[in-house]
Amino acid sequence: MVKKYTKFIFFLFLIILISSVSYAKPHKQLSDYNFFKDIKNQIPRDETVPYKIANPLFSDYSYKFRFVHMPLNTAAEYSYNNVFNFPIGTTIIKTFAYPIDERDLDKGFQLLETRLLIKNKNGWEPLSYIWNNEQTNAFLKYTGHTFNVSWISNNGQEKYVRYRAPNVNQCKTCHEINNKIQPIGPKGRNMNINFVYPSGEANQIDFWHDRKLLNNIPTPLKRNPAIWDDAKYGINERARSYLDANCAHCHQKGASASNSGFYLNIDENNSSILGIYKTPVAAGRGSGGLKYIIDPGNPADSILLYRMLSTDPGVMMPELSRNLQHEEAIPLIREWISQLK
Amino acid sequence: MKINKKIIYFMVIIFISNFSYGKIIIEPGPNAYDRIQEALILAEPYENIHLSSGYYEIEDGLSLDIDNVTLSGDGLDKTILSFKNQKSGAEGLLVTSNGVTLSDFAVEDTIGDAIVVKKANGIRFLRVRVEWTDGPKSSNGAYGLYPVESKDVLIDSCIAIGASDAGIYVGQSERIKVINSEAKFNVAGIEIENSYFAEVTNNIAHHNTGGILIFDLPNLPQQGGHDILVKNNKVLNNDTPNFAPEGNIVGKTPNGTGIMVMANEKVILEENYISGNATAGILVVSYLDEYEDDNYNPLPNKIFIRNNQLNNNGFEVDKVRAEPIALLTKNKAPEIIWDGVTSFPEWIGLSKQQRLILGPNKTKDRKTDMINLNLMTYALLPWFHKTKEDYDDYIGEGISLTEVNFKTKW
Repeated sequence: MVKKYTKFIFFLFLIILISSVSYAKPHKQLSDYNFFKDIKNQIPRDETVPYKIANPLFSDYSYKFRFVHMPLNTAAEYSYNNVFNFPIGTTIIKTFAYPIDERDLDKGFQLLETRLLIKNKNGWEPLSYIWNNEQTNAFLKYTGHTFNVSWISNNGQEKYVRYRAPNVNQCKTCHEINNKIQPIGPKGRNMNINFVYPSGEANQIDFWHDRKLLNNIPTPLKRNPAIWDDAKYGINERARSYLDANCAHCHQKGASASNSGFYLNIDENNSSILGIYKTPVAAGRGSGGLKYIIDPGNPADSILLYRMLSTDPGVMMPELSRNLQHEEAIPLIREWISQLK
Repeated sequence: MKINKKIIYFMVIIFISNFSYGKIIIEPGPNAYDRIQEALILAEPYENIHLSSGYYEIEDGLSLDIDNVTLSGDGLDKTILSFKNQKSGAEGLLVTSNGVTLSDFAVEDTIGDAIVVKKANGIRFLRVRVEWTDGPKSSNGAYGLYPVESKDVLIDSCIAIGASDAGIYVGQSERIKVINSEAKFNVAGIEIENSYFAEVTNNIAHHNTGGILIFDLPNLPQQGGHDILVKNNKVLNNDTPNFAPEGNIVGKTPNGTGIMVMANEKVILEENYISGNATAGILVVSYLDEYEDDNYNPLPNKIFIRNNQLNNNGFEVDKVRAEPIALLTKNKAPEIIWDGVTSFPEWIGLSKQQRLILGPNKTKDRKTDMINLNLMTYALLPWFHKTKEDYDDYIGEGISLTEVNFKTKW
């Protein structure tokens, strides 16, 4: 009886054995990926390309070092409004750090965490590596980590923050749209700016294209929307760029705050959906006793500004990755709401 | 091929162990957040994460994103997750996966909402307690049990206490059962908002500001709430003054509201025991705030009310939040109140809709009374305004609802 099924059972066993081994397990240490020539100073190898984005998310004044690593001889597809379509095997790398003294960056940085988004057959997988105290390497951690950080800011002030590296699920809160995890930053309208490479300064999109990392770029390149802190643009454009970068990853259709019906993506034009004279739905005490998300002309009566000002986790927006006020953005949003009619 | 019997047994054991669903047991102690969160992230589908009885102090928001996981405790008074010192995270526990069961534990004193479930196909709350332990305060979190944009929602034998918005809140969802549960000292006890096909049965809603609210609001991705059954609930002594932070829609709930239906279609309220609610036993209203949304219908329609026991409601109408009722009723408001707002063609008599349908209802020692406040006329032709109080004018043929059948198999 047993003999009769021997082959079958053996075969099954093999399948199970193979299938349980073939799960690609992420590396335990950041250094195992070999992205960097000098991991401590965040100097990438030639195949790992550094970049920055025009309108980044505010994360408690942390500095972010961004890189992308694509498999050899592959390229991403350009898109203006959406994230580039990266080939399978791409890793997007982002290290969060605080300068020791912002007035003199040569004094170095305290590295906190390095987040990876790895694109495999099933989509993007988020991972977070936490730096050790010796600053020699970072280690995979699923549950996030709390750092108490202090640094000296631009104006010589000593600043302090309880910095919270998110857990893997929290990554999805911001990165998931229509049940798919997506990068947020590298889209055409965020990438059309210059970067200082070791070989000299160049436009990022041209640079990627010249190195055959990016296909189908338009000529000439389409203009960027406003850069939020660049005074040469108008207040409305700057505010909309800021809100797009800091809110719209959740506040858009299909994203985690979709149930609010309050969307701030840069291409939204319906004034109710943008929050103008819109009453809150499930804000709870996040409403601050105010009637409208945006009360045009009255920033002090607008929930949007109230929640930007707050640092109470039950009130503040964004919900994650912020513990401090963004002091430079608050006047912009205040002025924008004052100008609205 | 010759293989030893022992090797075959070994293989069979490996085979079985690969498919048997594990149970992970967590004990109270230091680093509770890390240990629970790690289990929630590394869980396999169909696994059970069990929290042994005890007190867990959690400083950050927990979250679960693996399908078909069960998170259980030893009882809603035994396994307690306390968020008293919560430092980050907008809620206590966030679930974003399908087919999850939460059972037999309590979540206390979260800084924001207690348990949020988003976009789940299938979510069960069994014998779960959510509570703000300092009693009703506007600094309490907004929602207790808060499934939203979900399908197949079961809330059975749960308790919600002290929420500054709604204790049990189901929003923009479909196929819902809220049964055998208790809500007290919340602004809204149980609220079903912008949802389709819900049964709210055998619950107790007492000492809230409003007991059971069935709402539909504009400018939301899902609206047009319909097919809601509210049956056999006890809605008693909802006497907590409204403590919602201003600006929220529930902040408008009058003190002492029993059951309130706003702008829904096809709702049956039957066999409820409604007593001791100062403003109204049953209140049927339209959405009267300004809004900009062409797809939204602000009027209630086909609200069928029968076989309820209504005693001693409307004895002290909230003059601020229910000003028209206070103005248009004398010493005591009737047990059933409708604002009487209709479409314009109905108002001038060109069309007819059965917005409010009454069956027989019972009141101790007298006939159940009702009032149509006729607010349309009050606003447009105040000189001709009269309320309508003839119960028999609203007696009509009832409606029937489709039974809620879950598609999820837990």
